[in-house]
Amino acid sequence: MALLEIENLHVGVEGEDIHILKGVDLTLDTGDLHAIMGPNGSGKSTLASVIAGREEYEVLDGEIRYDGDDLLELEPEERAEEGIFLAFQYPVELPGVSMTNFLKEAVNAVREARGQDELSSAEFLQQMRERADMMGLDADLTKRSVNEGFSGGEKKRNEIFQLAMLEPRLAILDETDSGLDIDALKNVADGVNKLRDEDRGFLVITHYERILQYIVPDRIHVMMDGKVVRSGDKDLAQQLEEHGYEWIREEAAAAAA
Amino acid sequence: MSTSETEYLKGKASEDYKHGFYTDIETEKAPKGLTEDVVRYISHRKDEPEWLLNWRLKAFRHVRDRIDSGETIDWAHLDYEAPKFDEISYFSAPKDKASYDSLDDVPDEILETFERLGIPLEEQKALTGVAVDAVMDSVSVATTFKEKLKEKGVIFKSFGEAARDHPEIVREYMGTVVPYTDNLYAALNSAVFSDGSFVYVPEGVTCPMELSTYFRINEAGTGQFERTLIVAEPGAYVSYLEGCTAPMRKENQLHAAVVELIAHEDAEIKYSTIQNWYPGDPDTGEGGVYNLVTKRGLCKGDNSKISWTQLETGSAVTQKYPSVILAGDDSVGEFYSVAFTKGHQQADTGTKMQHIGKNTKSTIISKGISADVADNSYRGQVKVSKNADNARNFSQCDSMLLGPDCGAHTYPYIESNNPTAQIEHEATTSKVGDDQMFYCHQRGLGEEEALKLIVNGFCQEVLQELPMEFAVEAKELLDIELEGSVG
Ligand SMILES: Nc1ncnc2c1ncn2[C@@H]1O[C@H](COP(=O)(O)OP(=O)(O)OP(=O)(O)O)[C@@H](O)[C@H]1O
Ligand SMILES: [Mg+2]
Repeated sequence: MALLEIENLHVGVEGEDIHILKGVDLTLDTGDLHAIMGPNGSGKSTLASVIAGREEYEVLDGEIRYDGDDLLELEPEERAEEGIFLAFQYPVELPGVSMTNFLKEAVNAVREARGQDELSSAEFLQQMRERADMMGLDADLTKRSVNEGFSGGEKKRNEIFQLAMLEPRLAILDETDSGLDIDALKNVADGVNKLRDEDRGFLVITHYERILQYIVPDRIHVMMDGKVVRSGDKDLAQQLEEHGYEWIREEAAAAAA
Repeated sequence: MSTSETEYLKGKASEDYKHGFYTDIETEKAPKGLTEDVVRYISHRKDEPEWLLNWRLKAFRHVRDRIDSGETIDWAHLDYEAPKFDEISYFSAPKDKASYDSLDDVPDEILETFERLGIPLEEQKALTGVAVDAVMDSVSVATTFKEKLKEKGVIFKSFGEAARDHPEIVREYMGTVVPYTDNLYAALNSAVFSDGSFVYVPEGVTCPMELSTYFRINEAGTGQFERTLIVAEPGAYVSYLEGCTAPMRKENQLHAAVVELIAHEDAEIKYSTIQNWYPGDPDTGEGGVYNLVTKRGLCKGDNSKISWTQLETGSAVTQKYPSVILAGDDSVGEFYSVAFTKGHQQADTGTKMQHIGKNTKSTIISKGISADVADNSYRGQVKVSKNADNARNFSQCDSMLLGPDCGAHTYPYIESNNPTAQIEHEATTSKVGDDQMFYCHQRGLGEEEALKLIVNGFCQEVLQELPMEFAVEAKELLDIELEGSVG
């Protein structure tokens, strides 16, 4: 069943004459994991942000359905409650906001939306410990302020830790692998693999074929200039690794001519 | 705390509650205006010793002259009409009998705030382990835990009682840190002060509990003029909490308190304030409290420490600069402040750290938050005297703006007369970033929840300095304040 259906999505910047996404089509079934690759500036993060509901972007045309329903109607926090999670390419610092408070509010907001009871403090702390361990996040980090003064890699690990805490149905990882050391990369990959099941879907945005060796995608999409210009199976990543994007660009140009 | 103490406090609390917050308590008022007769009347009503009356009269002559000469305080970044000193009634005392049908008159939002803050009915729950000395109008109506404190030799009573029972101590210290000539409002207070608290901690004693006072301004048109004096003898430690709420009133209410702290050698005084008096009509600013307070501490002995922590969210106008005179060598002064202004509120607050002794150290952390059309200024002075070798100061003043129409200003004054001084000042102004909000939303937090988290985070450095009993209340108070400011 389709978890996420994107059709002819055109996106600009609110209040400005900038056109970033120019007709994206993409369908992700439950249980699947798709990778999105593509050169810098091709619109990958924009697509992720629009799915998560960032208000700075304006949908000019097209639609996004999530579980068959119109997603664009929902506020960003409602989307989160419905199980959409975005691991940010650039995680944001919240000075003075303790990880524990932040996550507790987040977890309880999501649980409430799912009709689950609030976790008790003991249960919550227990879960924090377990998941931090599972994602290879230093437990000391969970005692600090959200992302404040975290190293680049720590921020990325923290995103995945939050993913594990929030147990989303649709998880989007925006270059979570960039900046991770080898051990962390394996940790993240293991974590993601553990969370993969037939009820969840993943979109993994990456520049590197390496992570896809650990997390084997069902499909790979290549974005260029605001569109998905090519989709293929896992071997596509290897081809890109060897030949770059130029040949796809040429092919796309030829097809357009 | 023992059960009987808890019961006692509960009884006290519900008593207060039944009295209602301000109406229908038959009060005897002094006639309006500032005259020698009024000062004599106050002193007489309070059954004061002669020396105190004379002290008041000296202050009265001084302040009368200043008022008659047309003195105003206009250097602060504040815009309000100066109080009409001759239209204020300077004394009112509640009578014993009370009627119980007055709560209906209190606006719901204020009642809800009381309820959410747990004041005063729930006071004990929030502040378990805290002795409460409730000042209602101008006379202290309850002082508790006296026995327990007595064991340790700690004196904690209303200022009036202390002046009668311990004249030698009160006389020795009163006016030594804030002389009656200090400023217009301190002078006024010295002439007509109503009541307040007195704390004395003997040598080597750590006060066994947090001391707390709740001030409430009850009577329309009655200014309130607390006077607080805390003395910590060598090696003593005391933590004092002051919290305030006030019901809605139409006329402007003047609150001009004086607080004096004296720390002897190796002594430490920690003074915390939560102030959320009625800020006036949110659309016009009318009717709010004028909070014009002089607070100063003297680190008299070597190695003494005074620390001020304040959360200022109320009042139409706030002007206060809790300060420390670092006279003793190796003494330490601290100032931690959160000032939140919204609607038409204005605050000009900060501190003064005066380094006189050698190796003295001061820390200033100030967080100002403004919303709507409010104005929030930090004004701080760090002064290092010639002989204050190796004085060190660190100041950090952060402002957060929650909208396009509010203001934040920082006025640091630094005066160093000793080349060995190290003074560091950092200031930032920020807005809540869209990316921060989006990050929170993406984790399932709505507009209000996200803002509360971010603002609480911004204030964390200061809030964590509050005693545990107050920290929860402080956070809740900030949350309530923020609820109206989203959008
Ligand atoms: N708010 C914005 N205002 C103006 N331009 C924007 C905005 N957001 C994105 N863009 C532009 O849209 C294009 C796509 O950006 P996006 O961040 O989606 O790229 P990306 O594929 O994620 O790139 P990278 O691989 O470098 O992360 C870029 O040219 C970027 O500059
Ligand atoms: Mg990107």
